[in-house]
Amino acid sequence: MRYRCPNCGYIYDEAKGEPHEGFKPGTPWKLIPDTWACPECAVRDKVDFEPEDAA
Amino acid sequence: MSNASITASTPKWVDPKRYLWLLGPMVPAIGIAMLVLFMQTKAVWTLWFVVGLVHVILPMLDWLFGEDAENPPDNALQSLENDRYYSWVLYAFVPLQLGVTVFGAWLAVTSDLPWYHLVGLALSVGMVNGIAINTAHELGHKKSKFDRWMARISLAPTFYGHFYVEHNRGHHKNVATPEDPASSRFGESFWVFLPRTVFGSLRSAWHLEAERLARQSRGVWSLENENLQSWGMSVVLFVVVVAVLGWAALPFLIIQAIYGFHLLEVVNYLEHYGLCRQKKADGRYERCEPEHSWNSNHMVTNLFLYHLQRHSDHHANPTRKYQALRHFEHSPQLPSGYAGMITLAYFPPIWYALMNKRVLAHYKGDMSRINVYEPRRAELTARYAEQARELARRA
Repeated sequence: MRYRCPNCGYIYDEAKGEPHEGFKPGTPWKLIPDTWACPECAVRDKVDFEPEDAA
Repeated sequence: MSNASITASTPKWVDPKRYLWLLGPMVPAIGIAMLVLFMQTKAVWTLWFVVGLVHVILPMLDWLFGEDAENPPDNALQSLENDRYYSWVLYAFVPLQLGVTVFGAWLAVTSDLPWYHLVGLALSVGMVNGIAINTAHELGHKKSKFDRWMARISLAPTFYGHFYVEHNRGHHKNVATPEDPASSRFGESFWVFLPRTVFGSLRSAWHLEAERLARQSRGVWSLENENLQSWGMSVVLFVVVVAVLGWAALPFLIIQAIYGFHLLEVVNYLEHYGLCRQKKADGRYERCEPEHSWNSNHMVTNLFLYHLQRHSDHHANPTRKYQALRHFEHSPQLPSGYAGMITLAYFPPIWYALMNKRVLAHYKGDMSRINVYEPRRAELTARYAEQARELARRA
């Protein structure tokens, strides 16, 4: 599953994770803290992200 | 229906400021030129010039050339962002800035100057490295690894590498709330704000990295700690300069670093003074909107600072490149460019006289919605009660 920041379009892809932020590839979305800010813009937090349909 | 006839008749938009952006890297270039001029003429005004440039010349040029609210058309934004010319203008700053630092240190140690002119030299170099923090700000917001490394190199001379961590992940998340050390409060003087932001931002940067490293199952003293990496670059720079030039270079380096980072903090002071995001019913702050930043359209300072003054758009779109930042008509506007406001910030009574009424007007007299300096809340409420009532009545 992929999730999109509604402000800047950054995509969190569960398969890829975000290793720099400490989320290994395969880290499910539900394990990411609610207060985690978008790593690209920090304008929106995890709870604001929207599910992104795979292309 | 064919679009060809429409696009063929629309002239391609050209950025009227394209070559004016070279004023950005002109700052360290002027820094070097002044040092060369000093070597040739021994005239001491050259050592103080950059300080005068920011505090005297820029405010005058702002007043002379006025405001520029021009925005690029929406359909030109993408090609503007993709144009690499603008990145090169940014990159050019960094080697020039390092040149000024090293050249300045060498002059400080080798010329036979009285202590007060050595201070002038250190302040001028510090000013260049302080303005560099703005360059680093622009670079640090970008996604490319190269841009980010350039940002951290640019932060090395002022020992402010932790800004790279705190600014993107701390300030941008907490901006215009009491939780942000870099957002100044209504009734808080610059001199009270300065230690709060310097130590608060340092603590925040440390905590942010500790948290991130913990998620990677690493301790805070890891080589992956981005604060330690950045400070390491500063240490290397200082050690090399002192090793080559001797201990006499150290006071110079320290003074220019402190003056440099203080410049960043006085600019922080201007940018969100008194403005406040409201807490919603669910306990979270409302998202950052254009009304949460102070802006200025004064063109000359904008050209020297890569559009930093178009601050509302920057907070709405932190990864947007400087050349594409837009003026928002309804965003809060400072009475003059940043260059002039900086000097006023040093004198709290003047700052308050100019800005407090603007904050109150912005919130239509409702002090419960302002980011207030708590120790003075009762005093400020009393002092502005009548003004607040009048504003609320007119709202």
